Amino acid sequence: MTDTKEWPLWEVFIRSKAGLDHKHCGSVHASDSEMALEAARDVYTRRSEGVSIWVVPSNAITASKPEDKESLFEPADDKIYRHPTFYDIPKGAGKM
Amino acid sequence: MTNLSKQDALVQYAAQIGDNGLIIGHRMSEWCFRAPSIEMEMALMNCALDLIGQARELYTYAAKLDGTGKTEDDFAYLRDEKDFRNLLLAEVPNGDWGDTIVRLFFMSAYNKLFFTALTKSTDAELAAIGAKSLKEVTYHLRFSSEWLIRLGDGTEESHERAQKSVNDLWAYTGELFTMTDGEKMLLEEGIAVDTAALKPEWDQIVTDVLTQATLSRPENNWAHKGGKAEGIHTESFGYIIADMQFMQRRYPGCSW
Repeated sequence: MTDTKEWPLWEVFIRSKAGLDHKHCGSVHASDSEMALEAARDVYTRRSEGVSIWVVPSNAITASKPEDKESLFEPADDKIYRHPTFYDIPKGAGKM
Repeated sequence: MTNLSKQDALVQYAAQIGDNGLIIGHRMSEWCFRAPSIEMEMALMNCALDLIGQARELYTYAAKLDGTGKTEDDFAYLRDEKDFRNLLLAEVPNGDWGDTIVRLFFMSAYNKLFFTALTKSTDAELAAIGAKSLKEVTYHLRFSSEWLIRLGDGTEESHERAQKSVNDLWAYTGELFTMTDGEKMLLEEGIAVDTAALKPEWDQIVTDVLTQATLSRPENNWAHKGGKAEGIHTESFGYIIADMQFMQRRYPGCSW
């Protein structure tokens, strides 16, 4: 944060019910982690969306660059053999 | 002690608890579009909706007990100033952010203890409303405590202003622990909360948070009273009901 009058940004992750993963759902501005947690509760769980919240300082996240998309992700596009769709699943295994 | 019937006392009791929620809830709603950030806007509106929701349940119960065909709306929109028996703390103007936080903090600390006790009421409906409200006010207390700690232990200016808010609002806290004749009567039946008995715990909560906030607790124990016992309000109250009741007074029965 260059402007010290602005509260830092926090990324918010919500778990919608027990057993599921936390999913990114947005961000909030807050002075510290405890306030970020409360802000996330007030902004993102008003319609019973969650049972658990994580907040992470946005600047702690290292993100891939959009312009690297081709070199990072496109090489995987023609490697369909990496998908486990070529195996016959034994009947006894049931649904996978 | 009083000529009040138990029935009337109970209607009055449900309505007066509702009045606290409606009036402070309305005050919080006045921050809509004016809060310092979108996050705080949402926080205050959630809080306002919790409190107004509590009022709706209590008014609905009061209307049912009253038995003359009234609804929750009659209690909110068609009573006059003197009929509202909220604690004066609920109606004091929003002031600055610190005033709003301190008012919410004092009220929420009280509400938490009050609704905890109300869950043990021999009146099943009040006990159920108490249990639902308790979860809401527990969050209000957490939210307002965290804010007060940051304001008090923040910058020099925020500290000074938070201390001024505490000092200014302190005189409205004494009324929280008073009992009306109706309440004393219902207390004997195990229906009403003994609000006088909540004071030591309230003092403890307030002292703990003020200490963390590096704020000092005012020594003065003189208190404004008259809201809940007599319906004698502060000067600003008329503006609240003018704002709140205008539509129903101008267009009786209007709905949308």
